[in-house]
Amino acid sequence: MNPAMIEKLRELLPQVTGYIYPNEIEVHWGILIVVYPYITGVVAGAFILASLVKVFNVKEVQPLYRLAMLTALAFLLVAPLSLVSHLGHPFRAYEIFLTPQTSSAMAMFGFVYAWYLMVVLLVEIWFDYRKDMIVWSREETGVMRHVHRVLSLFSKDISDEALRFDNRALKVITIIGIPSAFLLHGYVGFIFGSIKANPWWSSVLMPIVFLFSAIVSGIALVILLYMIIYPMMGGKIDMKCVDKGMSFLFYAVIVDFSLEFVDFIHRIYQSEEEIKILGELVMNKLFFSLVIVQVLMGMLFPLGVLSAIKIFRRFRESEELRKLLYFVSLILIQGGIFSTRWNVVIGGQMFSKSFRGLTTYKMEFGGIEGLLYGLGLLALPLVILAVLLKILPAWKEFAKAPQA
Amino acid sequence: MKKPFPKVPDALARLLIVFAVVIGVTIVVVKFVIPPRFKDTNLQWADTVQRENAKPVRYAGAVACAECHEEVVVEKRKGYHRDLSCETCHGPAKMHTDDPDQVKPPAPRDRKFCPLCHTFNPSRPRGFPMINPVAHNPMKPCFSCHNPHDPKPPTVPRECSACHGEIARTLSVSHHVQLKCTTCHTVPAQHRVSPRVIKPTKPSNRDFCGKCHAKESPYKGSPKIDLATHGEKYVCWQCHYPHLPEVD
Amino acid sequence: MDRRSFLKRLLSSLAFSGGVLGGFFRVLPAWGQEKEEHAGKLWGFGVSVDKCIGCARCVIACKTENNVPKEPFFYRTWVERYMIPKTGEAVVTNIHTGLSPDAEVPSQPIFRSFFVPKLCNQCAHPPCVQVCPVGATFSTEDGVVLVNDKTCIGCRYCIQACPYGARYLHPATSTADKCTFCYHRLNRGLLPACVEVCPTQARVIGDMNSAASPMTRFKRMNKIFVLKPNLNTEPKVLYANIDGEVR
Repeated sequence: MNPAMIEKLRELLPQVTGYIYPNEIEVHWGILIVVYPYITGVVAGAFILASLVKVFNVKEVQPLYRLAMLTALAFLLVAPLSLVSHLGHPFRAYEIFLTPQTSSAMAMFGFVYAWYLMVVLLVEIWFDYRKDMIVWSREETGVMRHVHRVLSLFSKDISDEALRFDNRALKVITIIGIPSAFLLHGYVGFIFGSIKANPWWSSVLMPIVFLFSAIVSGIALVILLYMIIYPMMGGKIDMKCVDKGMSFLFYAVIVDFSLEFVDFIHRIYQSEEEIKILGELVMNKLFFSLVIVQVLMGMLFPLGVLSAIKIFRRFRESEELRKLLYFVSLILIQGGIFSTRWNVVIGGQMFSKSFRGLTTYKMEFGGIEGLLYGLGLLALPLVILAVLLKILPAWKEFAKAPQA
Repeated sequence: MKKPFPKVPDALARLLIVFAVVIGVTIVVVKFVIPPRFKDTNLQWADTVQRENAKPVRYAGAVACAECHEEVVVEKRKGYHRDLSCETCHGPAKMHTDDPDQVKPPAPRDRKFCPLCHTFNPSRPRGFPMINPVAHNPMKPCFSCHNPHDPKPPTVPRECSACHGEIARTLSVSHHVQLKCTTCHTVPAQHRVSPRVIKPTKPSNRDFCGKCHAKESPYKGSPKIDLATHGEKYVCWQCHYPHLPEVD
Repeated sequence: MDRRSFLKRLLSSLAFSGGVLGGFFRVLPAWGQEKEEHAGKLWGFGVSVDKCIGCARCVIACKTENNVPKEPFFYRTWVERYMIPKTGEAVVTNIHTGLSPDAEVPSQPIFRSFFVPKLCNQCAHPPCVQVCPVGATFSTEDGVVLVNDKTCIGCRYCIQACPYGARYLHPATSTADKCTFCYHRLNRGLLPACVEVCPTQARVIGDMNSAASPMTRFKRMNKIFVLKPNLNTEPKVLYANIDGEVR
């Protein structure tokens, strides 16, 4: 037994208000489980943004397409790391694939994840880059040449017929991919929403709300990355693209906000048994993270800014002002969506299932359940993205043949 | 590389080959390489039940004590502690049954032990014998008056408050404080010995309370009501708690 | 098409779709349908709230018997104390290893007060079993829900899914743990540790399928309540004389 852990629990005891079931003193799902839905949310949202190009033919956001796909891939690769790190026995994680319990959403999610990674994301990226990789490998030398040859599975066919097939395949995969992306993150919402024991989580709307906040965070992150990376590589931001992207983001935020608002009104109106403790939870433990960060800063302020940009001519005329406002809104939205995840995961464990008390979550700084590791997991996909962008450049204008 | 399937585009063919290899290897590994105990939950569950059943036991159970300590069991059987297991007080005794001479279970002698059950607490059920451990025969070990295996009190309890502490405490701050329990309740002597079998009586009609509280009553120190009209058809204690009859 | 062939087609398509629908409904879980009666033992547990004196011998015995850590953060079974004032909120505490003297006096005078022992309800529809991703927790044929600590991955989903707070993560094994009705004792003909040491027989255990068992009597003589019936977990721990304030 770990005496340090016992000490930590002992310190929590005076922070408990009211009555909690004695086993509830330990908060079981911590920062790692907050990071996880945030990451899969970005994956789903980035993919939806990419599908706007391929399926809905929104030409203006074409510059974001490859960045969105690579962002989705980078984040998807890190997602299971967050989960496996959190397990009591990480080295038994393979059991989810060998003896999955079909009634368990968590088990089935393993297969949804595998499907999405293998059949949707990797295949789509492959078809999109295949021709370019063949062309690049012809002119390159050294390591990169071999990397591209291997990645293109040694194919050499870039005839018109082959390229037409590539495009058709891309369309088909994206069409399959949209419900798959919905399933990927909707499942995470279902994992929470199906827990009847916890009234903060148990809701039919949970998968839907998760999905739309995922779309918001994914689209926002891709646009944000574009606004940072593209100038770093020497390009000038295509404002038509960003404006169009922000438009879609605006609609997504409206839907997301409406859903959460409806959930809120519904709960208060129905006023079931748990409303008292949930009210206390929001007002006492989650006031800053929910009311301030998630709602005010993460949704209402960006909504206000984006609406103002749509309505008032002054914003349409000044590109620099728009860029600044977009940038700030995008960062606030990221914080807001992360806070949403926090409020769902941590919030659901802050109140007792006896409906009589509240406890507290003390996040450590170091260690595997600590803030440092959590932030590392959020930064790791960006590192992977950097590597991916080196191997698979996202914009043709910068894709000069790399040196050996 | 020649095209194995001329109708299938080259890109798709390569992709399908990769998938086929990955899926094939996975199937082979899962079916043939991985042993059944990793794949079959029924095996795992059967194994779990076996391991559960093999877990060591620490409490021997009341039946085990009777084998050697029959006189104590007989003594206990008729007393107030008949519902207790030996191990309730003596702690886990399995090791003692395995090696009776080397391992002896403790016999609690500390005055702190018996009050774990018998300290007065208002949440304890009514009629459960409770004492104030500070006031009740201070410093004397409990077993000097009470045989733990047949804990009859040395004298029959004089005060009802020995077992009815909550009622006594409630009564002590009420207007009925001067009333003795026997004013309203007839208590057969046997009640103090077999409290759950022989019960005291309770008043059964309004006239009883009317003895003091009716308009016509000669008693001077009580509030008076008109027995004919006050409280309609109800008996008095349906509204007034006799041990705390205040109308606030 | 003439009337005769129309009617023929209508009838055959109805028959076909009826067959399809019937087949479909067979595939659905058998919730609404008749349950087969168990031939063997079915363990049930009874708690008489009006008998519990809050001495916590059961809590200590359980921790001793089952290697549960002694600290007040991990319990397979615990006892709650309810102090209900005339007006206002009930005050509830966990009595851990016994009534602590300083925690005794609530701010409002007590109007009604009692103790409630709690433990894993060994539900017939266990939400914990439903959500375990690797099948590490399961129901035995005699109605006890066990945890396989060799395959449990410590994901804690079952702990989140339990409405009663009966589960915890054992710090030594990093696997989920909970009351097992002392399954290792039941199979030797012994009583669970908590039932063994309870001085007032507030806890009883027995075979609910048997005609002569403590549980059969318990069910006959008492008005039975289960915790959180609205969640349809069908607990097998039955409470007698419990109060509406208990969650």
